Amino acid sequence: MTSIDGALLDFKRLDQLAEGDTTIHRLDPRAKVLATVVFIVSVISFGKYELTALIPFFLFPMLMVAFGNLPPGYVVKKILLLCPFVLMVGIFNPFIDRVVLVRLGSFGVTGGMISFASIIIRAALTVGISIILVSVTGFTDICRALERMGMPRAFSVQLLFLHRYIFVLAEEGGRISRARQLRSFDGRGLGIKIHGSLLGHFLLRTWLRAERIHMAMLARGFAGQFHSRHEHRFGSREILFLLGWSTLFITFRLHNGSQLLGSILTGIFP
Amino acid sequence: MHMADALLTPAVGVAMWAASAGAIAYCSAKVRRELDDRKTPLMGVLGAFLFAAQMINFTIPATGSSGHLGGGLLLAILLGPHAAFLTIASVLVVQAMLFADGGLLALGCNIFNIGFIPAFVVYPFIYKKLIGNNPGKKRLMIVTMISAIVGLQLGPFSVVLETLFSGISSLPFSTFVLLMQPIHLAIGVIEGLVTVAVISFVSRVRPDILQCALEARPIGARPVRNLVLTFLMAALLAGGIVSWFASKNPDGLEWAIAKATGKEELKGPEQGLHRVLAALQEKTALMPDYSFKMPVEPVKNEMKPENGHKSDNGEKLGTTVSGLLGTLIVLALAYLSGSILNNRKRTL
Repeated sequence: MTSIDGALLDFKRLDQLAEGDTTIHRLDPRAKVLATVVFIVSVISFGKYELTALIPFFLFPMLMVAFGNLPPGYVVKKILLLCPFVLMVGIFNPFIDRVVLVRLGSFGVTGGMISFASIIIRAALTVGISIILVSVTGFTDICRALERMGMPRAFSVQLLFLHRYIFVLAEEGGRISRARQLRSFDGRGLGIKIHGSLLGHFLLRTWLRAERIHMAMLARGFAGQFHSRHEHRFGSREILFLLGWSTLFITFRLHNGSQLLGSILTGIFP
Repeated sequence: MHMADALLTPAVGVAMWAASAGAIAYCSAKVRRELDDRKTPLMGVLGAFLFAAQMINFTIPATGSSGHLGGGLLLAILLGPHAAFLTIASVLVVQAMLFADGGLLALGCNIFNIGFIPAFVVYPFIYKKLIGNNPGKKRLMIVTMISAIVGLQLGPFSVVLETLFSGISSLPFSTFVLLMQPIHLAIGVIEGLVTVAVISFVSRVRPDILQCALEARPIGARPVRNLVLTFLMAALLAGGIVSWFASKNPDGLEWAIAKATGKEELKGPEQGLHRVLAALQEKTALMPDYSFKMPVEPVKNEMKPENGHKSDNGEKLGTTVSGLLGTLIVLALAYLSGSILNNRKRTL
């Protein structure tokens, strides 16, 4: 019950963040989406045992957070709720892959440990950047950007519709769930039997709602597409943003930034 | 079970993306052509319904845990495969973006595992084949149950395959399968029970909805078969191109950049030799046993001691130390710049 309300609040928070008005927010969504794609592909394309070369990639999310005026605590908290599946699959690496790759004193670091740490860092980077992308762009703008880059219109209408009604229906679902819990004593009525008819009622109500919405939309002249107030333009600022970051990501991908810095310093102070 | 970016390689991710995007394009065209614009709001609102329904839990007796509806099969039964596929795909897009569930590159995999399989494999080949034209209550229940279980066995199995083809996880194939399939047998039974409960409720209260879905032009085997074939071809093509690129050049991206900037000659001879060796290894690894051998044997890498000679052990230690040191410095710099930027914001 509380989790539904919590999830909704979280949801609204993302939408509010996207309302911001910073340099990053004002960029054309397409530039941000494309830069994110280059970022993710560069991060993912590293070998299994890469660790140090991944660290410089944190620069991009951190600068986006700083210039996009996002609350860092919020973003970090969302990243920490990492997809449990990643942990479940990754946790086996240290136990299976026991070849010692590096020795630090008497402690042997095995391949499994390194690849597990690498998986965690990849997850943090990829999850973090998608949260940041949405909170500096907004879901609707991302959809429009994707549509302008060739996503079929039927699918973009579907996405916008879904996004609009998630709030309405999740609130309704929260109310239903709360009502059921308040009427349940000793855990009775929380089982699968009641659940089936509960969901069934909810489904039928949703169905009727869709019919009403359809009539309302027809009355307002819906002809298969939504219109937007904002018009974005892919100008020189966007080109600079996209090219600059892409070049940096590819450089980081080719040269281990941490290693380079470290070897310069160890060269200076032998 | 959502696949995640961190466990994927670009080859697998891009292949599944291409395939899923193709399926979305196909279904969008199909849904548009049907010209039934009543379906537009229905799909949107039912997607939101799926979202809300997944948040309402029920307790599972004797285990103390709770479960919820997945809903892929339910939507396929109510809306037909094309509209259901688009709806599930849209729910997954929202989950990936707003809940960071899985990740953006893994979206292709997730749309395939959770959307394509119930809508275009289970629904036409199992549900539709077994259900007949005028099913009784019992038949409806049993067929729905079987379809749910099959769907939730195929989905996780393809998660296993995608993970293994990527080779980021060290889990061997058999262990992974033994971990995933039994868990999802239980999840499949639960999904079946909920779907049966909802469907039988709807068939009691609004039989017209189900009747409508059943009578809707039966999707012949041909278009679906075509779609499955197209999907396979797209995946093979994209995966083939990317992995050919990756195997021919151990590092496709690096090779492309080297070619573009003409910097190849800057690299040391030892590295060049290593690259040739790595290319050879990758080529042999791309043979049929690609997926099954890779995870068991740790992938050869520059850092693995067996690869280096005894003489360059010291050198290796040196690189490691400088790597660690550099990482620490980068972290410190990042922290510093973060706090400076923060301060600047506060003073502004």
